[in-house]
Amino acid sequence: MIRFEQVVKRFRRQQVLKGVELEIGRGDRVALVGSNGAGKTTFIRCLLGEYTCQGRVLVKGLDPREQRHEVLSRIGFVPQLPPPLKMPVHQLIRFSASLSSADPERMEAVALRLGLDPARFRHQPFVKLSGGQKQKLLISIALGREVELLVLDEPAANLDPEARAIFFELLAERQERTAMIISSHRLDEVAALVNRVIEMDQGVVVLDDRVEDAVSLSSRLECRIELIRADQAFARSIEAWGFAPLEGGATWQGSVAGPDRLRFLGMLSRYAGVLRGIEMRERQAEAREAGCELSA
Amino acid sequence: MRHLWLTAYTDILESLRARWFMVYTGVFGGIIVLLFAFGLTESRIMGFTGLSRLMVIYIQLSMAILPVFVLVTTVRSVAGDREAGVFEYLLSLPVSLAAWFWGRIAGRFVVVFLPVFLAMVGAALWGVVVSGAEMPWDLFLYYTGLLMSLAWCFLGLGMLISSLARSADVAQGAAFVIWLVLLLFLDLILMGVMIKEHVPADLVVGLALANPLQVFRTATMMLFDPQLVLLGPSAYVILDHFGEAGYIAYALLYPLLLGTLFATFGYLWFRRSDLP
Repeated sequence: MIRFEQVVKRFRRQQVLKGVELEIGRGDRVALVGSNGAGKTTFIRCLLGEYTCQGRVLVKGLDPREQRHEVLSRIGFVPQLPPPLKMPVHQLIRFSASLSSADPERMEAVALRLGLDPARFRHQPFVKLSGGQKQKLLISIALGREVELLVLDEPAANLDPEARAIFFELLAERQERTAMIISSHRLDEVAALVNRVIEMDQGVVVLDDRVEDAVSLSSRLECRIELIRADQAFARSIEAWGFAPLEGGATWQGSVAGPDRLRFLGMLSRYAGVLRGIEMRERQAEAREAGCELSA
Repeated sequence: MRHLWLTAYTDILESLRARWFMVYTGVFGGIIVLLFAFGLTESRIMGFTGLSRLMVIYIQLSMAILPVFVLVTTVRSVAGDREAGVFEYLLSLPVSLAAWFWGRIAGRFVVVFLPVFLAMVGAALWGVVVSGAEMPWDLFLYYTGLLMSLAWCFLGLGMLISSLARSADVAQGAAFVIWLVLLLFLDLILMGVMIKEHVPADLVVGLALANPLQVFRTATMMLFDPQLVLLGPSAYVILDHFGEAGYIAYALLYPLLLGTLFATFGYLWFRRSDLP
């Protein structure tokens, strides 16, 4: 679906992409990882036809620079930094839907699922929304379109755990028919979402590997956490994940989105000193028999 | 074409919410209010009184303010949008570069021209309805045409600078320097010095005819001073070559053509360069 043939991008004397050679197929969900300055954003901008470059970039055999409309009609994009647009929410939705011949109500429905009520923020300028709300709206616009490729630059960075879980569900609904490129500078943020990892460093692809694809994007884990004693700092962190206290705050119960398990365990690791027990069990009926049970 | 109008409409709405637009509208509205407040409609100069007098003053002030406002606000918002990531996101949507570029110009033209025009219309209505003055419609139409032409010229120049410059600061600096150079080459400033220094007359007149600010200024003078007495001997060159009607046509068409050339070059550069 996507071909990069010896793609070189220079900014004056600095070579940012150094002959990138890559092929990405329809079923691929790619984690594009690398440190700052690795060339991830430049890669994405070349793919979107926003940068001119040497070599060839092809999306379904088409040049994104020359055949912008045909190519970009097939791509949904969520940038890392939301643009400072002053237009109100409803206008941004209408404008994007109109340009991409999509149904604005479908975008609004996605926003509602993510916990952003477009009717409530209808007249609110986009730039005045919170970071999380902006992210939700941009995701809604990208996922509310019928596209064949999703390019997501740190898409879930500003989302709360509940919205992240729904975001993963939305991706799961599309994974059969949509290729995805999810950029992040941390693999653990996106590892559970993808089946392929491409790592870039100083403008070259240094790793291109398949990853274990066992985690269902729509799965959820029922969790129960026991502490040695109630802890205020822990309470603040776990409440952000939507957990409820039992027994005066020494035990907590809630659920975590399957692809978020690594991130969740990362959060728990900060409080290893007060943990007595962790129980995580996959909820989905169709999920594999083997739930996971961990004890600390 | 639908995408072009959609982009223009969006640009208009974005501009209406911008602070620069409030200032811009306030300045032109304020000028009219001040001109009324200071009783310029009642005073007389070179035979001009009432609304004609007010319009003569207004157009001179517009010449000083309009170009720099159009230039600076255009380069700030267009180059600023690029820097802030607006281009990165909006140009990831399936809109053609032509629709995007020309749509933005169309939208911006509406927002830079309308406040100037509406201030003039407001003055005319106030003068006719409240003061019962006689409205010089020919003057009104001619000035409207000249202002449109001037606004388009500097809008095209602003879009060209925005396409060429990679940062808002560079774009703004370049816009200001260009405006300053054009201002310096008005007859009141460097032109006078050049004539005093015996620079060939053809070169001086050529520069005057190439400078859109000077073209505008001469054209506005021509209405209340058809023989261009104020210009001195160079008036003979202009009138001999163009005639009165010819020069008026030149003053209306030349800035339009220049603005279109600037905008076209800006578009061609924009199309072949990095977008964000």
